Amino acid sequence: MAMEEKKTLKVLKERFQDKIIETSAHFGDDTLLIEKDSFLEIMTFLKGKPWEYNMLLDLTCVDFLGQEPRFEMVYHLLSLPKNHRLRLKVRLSEKDPAIDSLTSMWENANWLEREAYDMFGIHFKGHPDLRRIFMYDGFEGHPLRKDYPLRKRQPRIPLSK
Amino acid sequence: MEGNFFTTKLNYMLGWARKYSLFHYPYITACCGMEYMSTVCSHFDLDRFGAGWTRFSPRQSDLIFVVGTITQKLAPVLKTVYEQMTEPKWVVAFGACAVSGGIYDNYAVLQGIDSIIPVDIYIPGCPPRPETVLDAFIKLQEKIQNQEQEWRWKKRKH
Repeated sequence: MAMEEKKTLKVLKERFQDKIIETSAHFGDDTLLIEKDSFLEIMTFLKGKPWEYNMLLDLTCVDFLGQEPRFEMVYHLLSLPKNHRLRLKVRLSEKDPAIDSLTSMWENANWLEREAYDMFGIHFKGHPDLRRIFMYDGFEGHPLRKDYPLRKRQPRIPLSK
Repeated sequence: MEGNFFTTKLNYMLGWARKYSLFHYPYITACCGMEYMSTVCSHFDLDRFGAGWTRFSPRQSDLIFVVGTITQKLAPVLKTVYEQMTEPKWVVAFGACAVSGGIYDNYAVLQGIDSIIPVDIYIPGCPPRPETVLDAFIKLQEKIQNQEQEWRWKKRKH
């Protein structure tokens, strides 16, 4: 199994070369840090044969406040036929926190991306319905960003009509 | 002393009747619900104090147990449920989250349900032990017994 994991990263590195910034295999967790502009291309490749990463397990964001690029999107993929997992990371700048949507490839990306939009303010290009999923309408800001004030209180949903 | 013999006795009788026939509505959102269950079921048995009837409709109940974390998004629902309850009605804030927001001092959680509905008894604890709940319940009964009762044909001062 360990050999196979190393092979995955090796083949991907050879194929995409300069589009892959960094790879690591830590305790069997294969991780790729890739360029933003070739994100969809790499995702499409991974989903197709021979790798068949056909399941998008999770998608989330990390805020590295004070660093540039500030945001890092993290995608977890699982290949059901090969029983192999892969983690992809994409860095996004603070000025333009936007990335291509995965909704055309995985249905469940819809809600996951809405969550990342709600909590971090990441814009997903091509998302069919990008609106808040957890917080209510009228909520301002994105509460999981590190610069969101910890004790900020916002007007509630109106209680009675 | 205000009121005549009849009304003070009626006030006492109504208080006595009401404190022993509380139909409660469990508004449970979180882990405090486990303590609520053990309080109400036979180990601790809230029924001994006359509140054995759990109603799952606010219209049939006159005591609401707000058990657990109330988020900002849930606040209008709680308010609506409270408004649907028939008079007379009492509110118990059960556990640290309902009392003050508890450990969740953040953007999502209501910092105490008393900012939206009036609370009669606060039960601290994360979660409170069933004994605490029973103690609070007896205190609520005392409160009901001693408070000014309302009834339909009561003469009002204003």
